[in-house]
Amino acid sequence: MPLSRRQTLRTLGLGAATLAAPAVMRHAALGADPITVVGIHDASGGLDIYGLPMIACLSFAVDEVNAAGGLLGREIKLINYDPQSNIQLYTQFATQAATSDHAAVVHGGITSASREAIRPILRRYRTLYFYNTQYEGGVCDRNCFCTGSTPAQNVQKLVPYVMQKWGKKIYILAADYNYGQITSKWVTKYCRENGGEVVAADFFPLNVTDFGATIQKIQQAKPDMVMSVLVGGAHVSFYRQWAAAGMKKKIPMASTTLGGGNETLLLTPEEADGIVVAYSYFQEVDNPANKEFLQKFHAKLGDKAPYLGGELAMRTYVGFHLWAEGVRRAKSTDRMKVIEALESGIAFDGPPGRTVIDGKTNHVSLDVYLAEVANRGFKVLEHFPNQPPADTASVCDLKAHPNTDKQFVIDVKI
Amino acid sequence: MSRKLFLEIAIALFLALAAALVLPRVLALFALINATVFIAMAVLALSLGLIWGFGGILSFGQTAFFGLGGYAYAVAAINFNDSLYAVPIALLVPTLAAAGLGYFMFYGRISDVYVGAITLTVSLILFNFANSTAGEEWRIGEAPLGGFNGIPSTPQLNVPGNPDATLSPQAIFIVAVFALALCYILAKLLLAGRFGRVVVAIRENETRAELLGYDARRYKLGIFSLGGAIAGLAGILFANSVFVSPTMFSLFYSGQLIIWVMVGGRGTLLGPILGAFLVQAITTWAGTEPRLNPNAILGILLMLAVMGMPRGLLPTLRLAWGRRRGVQLA
Amino acid sequence: MDLLVAVALQVMTGIATLFLISLGLAVIFGMMGVINLAHGEFLMLGGYAAILSVRHGINLWVAMFLIAPLAVGLFGLIVERLMIRRLYGQMVETMLATWGLSLALIGIVTMVFGNTVGGFSAPLGSVQVGKFQFSAYSLFLIGAAGLLAVLVWIVLRRTPYGLLARGTMQNAEMAAALGVATERVYAVTFALGAALTGLAGGLLAPLSGVVPTMGTAYIAKAFITVITGGAAMLVGTLSASVLLGAAGVLGTFLTTPVLGEAALLALAIVLVRLLPRGITGRFFQRAL
Repeated sequence: MPLSRRQTLRTLGLGAATLAAPAVMRHAALGADPITVVGIHDASGGLDIYGLPMIACLSFAVDEVNAAGGLLGREIKLINYDPQSNIQLYTQFATQAATSDHAAVVHGGITSASREAIRPILRRYRTLYFYNTQYEGGVCDRNCFCTGSTPAQNVQKLVPYVMQKWGKKIYILAADYNYGQITSKWVTKYCRENGGEVVAADFFPLNVTDFGATIQKIQQAKPDMVMSVLVGGAHVSFYRQWAAAGMKKKIPMASTTLGGGNETLLLTPEEADGIVVAYSYFQEVDNPANKEFLQKFHAKLGDKAPYLGGELAMRTYVGFHLWAEGVRRAKSTDRMKVIEALESGIAFDGPPGRTVIDGKTNHVSLDVYLAEVANRGFKVLEHFPNQPPADTASVCDLKAHPNTDKQFVIDVKI
Repeated sequence: MSRKLFLEIAIALFLALAAALVLPRVLALFALINATVFIAMAVLALSLGLIWGFGGILSFGQTAFFGLGGYAYAVAAINFNDSLYAVPIALLVPTLAAAGLGYFMFYGRISDVYVGAITLTVSLILFNFANSTAGEEWRIGEAPLGGFNGIPSTPQLNVPGNPDATLSPQAIFIVAVFALALCYILAKLLLAGRFGRVVVAIRENETRAELLGYDARRYKLGIFSLGGAIAGLAGILFANSVFVSPTMFSLFYSGQLIIWVMVGGRGTLLGPILGAFLVQAITTWAGTEPRLNPNAILGILLMLAVMGMPRGLLPTLRLAWGRRRGVQLA
Repeated sequence: MDLLVAVALQVMTGIATLFLISLGLAVIFGMMGVINLAHGEFLMLGGYAAILSVRHGINLWVAMFLIAPLAVGLFGLIVERLMIRRLYGQMVETMLATWGLSLALIGIVTMVFGNTVGGFSAPLGSVQVGKFQFSAYSLFLIGAAGLLAVLVWIVLRRTPYGLLARGTMQNAEMAAALGVATERVYAVTFALGAALTGLAGGLLAPLSGVVPTMGTAYIAKAFITVITGGAAMLVGTLSASVLLGAAGVLGTFLTTPVLGEAALLALAIVLVRLLPRGITGRFFQRAL
């Protein structure tokens, strides 16, 4: 009997659902009434170096859940919007997701600016929101789950490690927006706590490509290392110009951002090898779950599979599975029921290790890895399991104040 | 007032009234909010349509005043906690800025492409400046400027005198509709009067107008300042439907703005408005089509418009319509 | 002392970069009165031409000095034929059409190459100047900019094409009446400008990297430099590059990159206000 591939898939999916689904919902036919999930990530414009891998991972996670029978016996329908790196389109699509698509959850936002653009909208229209990106910390909103790592998780591990390795004097280069500003404060804090000194902190608008004058300034300041908090495609040229000036052999470098997108693919090994970074995931993380994931991921996407680099794309995958687990636990897609289920401390064991939602902050505790760039990829150096979101937890308590709705600027004691 | 002008104003008012009465009832909330954004952009397009299409001043940085209006509104609204004061301030700031810049340019006898270069540069400076205000030291009174992130918590318009009664999205939509209609009528009246005729005369031939005794610099300054005020109003509406951020100053918007006016039709007031609606609808649609790159679509659209329909949509349609009627009459 | 030399070299690199990114635009503007707003994307195409050639094993110098200008020059010839030629004398329309081309190129290149095309490392290594280290390649760029200026000067002053081109520039109708095929002169000029831009794109690729959107970072600066310089393409662009480039680099060195950029832009505004027809509208009027 000739079967189309789609039919086969559906049959297989049904079979899996019948086997895997708990008895209570076996009666619900798959595909009866799909659950709508919306993703809003930049697939074009300056931020697509981050957005495209995130979209690939979100789609993959949805397919995985659908292949296993969907959620509550219902199929998941994923709608991906491309805001084209334009904040106005972010707000437009968020409104559309909430009021027209009636999405059960929205996953999306890359920069803090895009998150702060859509978060109030989704809260106003009572639509659950997942922000799956490493960021500066401090968001406190029951409707918003932040599943990426924050400075108390990554910077706290990175700074002491590189100071022990290279010395006490740090020169900070940071992107000039609130992620860069706040992260550079955290770097300063951890540097001082470890008896070091920040000799200078320079801030660069996101479109700067010429770093010549800065490289001379750094040579004049003679730091023991450079800490890069640079962001986006334009800033990649700093690494290139740094290497071309022959500085890479003289002053070592660490970064809180390199490799979040595809920077390691843009740079040659001579330019990037040896730069130390910290994220909650690297494609090179060595554990069985990751191996299995990568094998399936590549089997499905083939040549089109993006390099996952640092955590952004993987966090999107984890974020979706956390939400799915919340729905299973709540046995409903109702927003408040899912939020309560998620806040009860849902965990997901995935490629990056164990991720647990912290119900007090709606952030997560996760595993942090230190790695250095090696031959267009990463070499993992150290692994720190179960790091709590201590920075956000110091200002945000949703259990005590469930109606909080703001991003705290954490007063970093320097 | 000529009969034609009277009729046009009546139609504009009627359409605004109809839109304000009907659309909030039939449109879903998201469509209504989108419509508000579109209308804010149409007001912006109108401002460029006025100074470019009638004043002959091609500003590559009209977004400077758009952004200034938005920022002034947000900062004033946060500080005074009442949009009653914020709105006039937000109109005044871009108007003064446009007047200052206009004085600088037109009294320096700068024209053509040099005006383009200066306006572009000014908007670039503002864009860079707004982007570099992420640090805590950048705040005006209570309002942090926020750098790249902008001011996400831009307060909404409120009922005058009652700061707690913020307007609903429906009400803001109605405000936007009437703001657009009002700007349109104001521009129509102005152009029908003496001031408007002199402005057009200067566009057609500056030397001749000056020889006739008109001070071209003054009239250019006048129309440019008015354009700044209308762009500022667009900024207020945008701040109420999206929020204030440095992208308001960006090359992306100043560029789009020129496309809207170009596609809609220079030398008309309705053209830029229609162009703004049409092109934004296309851009929004392109965002939902994963295989299409919106830049490619916009670019090809602009090339086609310039090469194939240099007058713009509305004048071309009018011409075709006139021709058809002409044939029927004959 | 070392610091002084280092700053001076940095300033010269800044000037050379500004000159390189503006020259092609200036040639086209000076000779034809056409402002090509797809200029930034011509740079980008030059960068891609160089990178793709290097990837296919072609020698780096051949890729930068030969393939990048040839490819973009050829593309310029096609654009002139299909678009610019139909819009002669309409400056605003030309600006808008080329700007449409700019957006379309960004979109199409993104669709074809995606956004992950890497750059290649700068050749030549680094040099030590006193206590400071420099990328030798950026010093090489200073030389390349100087060489290019001389070459363009020679072509315009010392070749038959240069004579025809200058004649057409001064009075196109008269030139046509005397039997000059002005259309062909315009076509060659546009192609030449495009080729210079392609070359600049190839030369800058190792420093800035190549992405489809890279043009937008350059076009505004190039446009402002050319307008500040005024109609005399070579001297105007050179003098504007010197003033603006120095202001930008010194501003960055003394304060922050933001203020450095602001210094460059503010100086341009003041210059255009004081000299409404550009630097060469007032000084060096008879220069090229």
